[in-house]
Amino acid sequence: MRHIISVLLENEPGALSRVVGLFSQRNYNIESLTVAPTEDETLSRLTVTTIGDDRVVEQITKQLNKLIDVVKVVDLSEGEHIERELMMIKLKANGQMRAEIKRTCDIFRGQIIDVTPNTYTVQLVGASDKLDAFIASLGNMASIMEVVRSGVSGIARGEKVLSL
Amino acid sequence: MVVRALRDEGVKYIYGYPGGALLHVYDALFQQEDVQHILVRHEQAATHMADAYARATGKAGVALVTSGPGATNAVTGIATAFMDSIPMVVITGQVMSHLIGEDAFQETDMLGISRPVVKHNFSIQRPEDIPATIKKAFYIAQSGRPGPVVVDIPKDMTTPTERYPYEYPKSIKLRSYNPISRGHSGQIRKAVDMLLQARRPVIYTGGGVIMGDASKELTEFAQLLNFPVTNTLMGLGGYPGTDRQCLGMLGMHGSYEANMAMHHADLILAIGARFDDRVTNATDKFCPTARIIHVDIDPASISKTVRADVPIVGPAKVVIDEMIELVRESKKQPDAAALESWWKQIDEWRQRHGGRYRTDDSELMKPQQVIEMLSKVTHGDAFVCSDVGQHQMFAAQYYKFNKPNRWINSGGLGTMGFGLPAAMGVKLNFPDADVACVTGEGSIQMNIQELSTCKQYDLPVKILCLNNQSLGMVRQWQDMNYESRHSQSYMKSLPDFVKLVESYGHVGMKVDKYGDLEGAMREAFAMKDRLVFMDIAVDPFEHVYPMQVPRGAMRDMWLSKTERT
Repeated sequence: MRHIISVLLENEPGALSRVVGLFSQRNYNIESLTVAPTEDETLSRLTVTTIGDDRVVEQITKQLNKLIDVVKVVDLSEGEHIERELMMIKLKANGQMRAEIKRTCDIFRGQIIDVTPNTYTVQLVGASDKLDAFIASLGNMASIMEVVRSGVSGIARGEKVLSL
Repeated sequence: MVVRALRDEGVKYIYGYPGGALLHVYDALFQQEDVQHILVRHEQAATHMADAYARATGKAGVALVTSGPGATNAVTGIATAFMDSIPMVVITGQVMSHLIGEDAFQETDMLGISRPVVKHNFSIQRPEDIPATIKKAFYIAQSGRPGPVVVDIPKDMTTPTERYPYEYPKSIKLRSYNPISRGHSGQIRKAVDMLLQARRPVIYTGGGVIMGDASKELTEFAQLLNFPVTNTLMGLGGYPGTDRQCLGMLGMHGSYEANMAMHHADLILAIGARFDDRVTNATDKFCPTARIIHVDIDPASISKTVRADVPIVGPAKVVIDEMIELVRESKKQPDAAALESWWKQIDEWRQRHGGRYRTDDSELMKPQQVIEMLSKVTHGDAFVCSDVGQHQMFAAQYYKFNKPNRWINSGGLGTMGFGLPAAMGVKLNFPDADVACVTGEGSIQMNIQELSTCKQYDLPVKILCLNNQSLGMVRQWQDMNYESRHSQSYMKSLPDFVKLVESYGHVGMKVDKYGDLEGAMREAFAMKDRLVFMDIAVDPFEHVYPMQVPRGAMRDMWLSKTERT
């Protein structure tokens, strides 16, 4: 099963490598990883999506908690949560396909953020499966030149917070 | 500042080897007398000495090695300590900070290299951080589940002409690290209820009882309940080895009675043990009728390989104390009739196959006989520092440890070359104690250069080299699984060990008859101020039994070359 694990991390040199190293060292899988400082500049917030059964994910959270630089860990997928990912996708777009792509883009509430006579660059925000759906919906309509995805960020719904 | 911080931490000995990046630190060492430095001949030995000091005392040992090759040579020792949860602080020199990343002379990314085998590591960025960082290193190494901590110090952080305010903190708090100080009372209550209802209980304990200083509590608790106790390789000495309730070691080379008792148990109380693959054999066949209570200070050890029915996270000492209290208060008593028949069964197992080996199939001595003689000559009271291989298993099986912290071996990593430096580390700190290094002709050659260190610092350890002229454990596996194709497991070019040790100024003895063994061993231990190397010829064809059958249950064992359960 897919899990979204959020980690509050000391914003120290080398802290990120400890997290990434743990995953490779213990043979855990990383689907995506995002990290950036928080409003408290001594802390970073890291979101990792991983696939594993309950036992593996339990081990992942326990092992993460053991890292000295890790302040807190939560498996967001255990409760109600919101996940978002940003994608920028550069498409070959000419002739009548330009209108068609624009329409599909609107349906997915994407924005065209850069245009040349032959290309569109589309920005799309949503859960990962929505981004996958957009790519699938392009079908033969447009050829994809480049895809950049940010990886998943997540936050719990309601009043629950992950903080010090 | 480095040396001052070590002094303020109360460190008496550090083990190390100088080099360019550490010259400022070594100059500071030269100018004081509080912290004594032991010069080894290879950095790996420095880490093993520091590690063995920690195993014998529970306090973190300190190693000091230079950047580059000094640091990488220390990695094996750091990994050894990490696998066995041993507190250690390793200070590594580093090139000047402005050179980091430029492939400077003797530069290596020690933070990166050591990361998977340390509890934590630090890099000093500002000289004024040195005292607090060293304090943190000791605190992290020694608290919670112990482990090694590396402090990497670029050379320019120790420049003697620059002065900084120095203050060594008395205590330290880290917001992201709060080791647990006691177990969950509800869970402990539940566990005690189960223990009092158990009909076929076994207490299975590991290194957590030794490093957690809980051996006294464990002994009291086990005797209060009259439950059998088995120890892991790391847990030997946690419960007195000569006591009737002790079943000896369990696992791959565990005793017949310990493995049988585990397999048939209805309740297992695991304390400070981690259900390692060398203990459980196939986990899907592990103890099919048992419910499991698992006490460990590290939550990640619980339900990692075998699911616990009652997990208890906490220090062994505190949790067992609480259990003792609850048993005493409880109106219920253990089921005496059920326990009596359980003990009858265990004693029957013990009678059937407990600790036997043949002595009639070889002209040469049996390695087991040597260990039994060592146990006799030292009254089960010596520090036994072992290397890795068959001799290690024989020592674990046949030396009856009555005290904790006396069995010093590399359990998790299985590091050949550990034994001699470990014995040196113990002897230095316990000069009046008998310290034996049980080794083989393979392992000893992995750190034999330390005979020179022994000479320099006058470390009269007793080395028992069980010489079977082959890498015995490898050979045993080749006999059992590879139709005796002895690929690279023997050495045709052994040195004359007696002459070798004599050249270092020590005493060498060669023993090849069992009849001479006792006299020679007594003579060796009577030479209190000399290092004695006993080169003991043992049967090269001997195997370690019992041996669990791969992918089987706890009870599936080879008991000799021909008998199987």
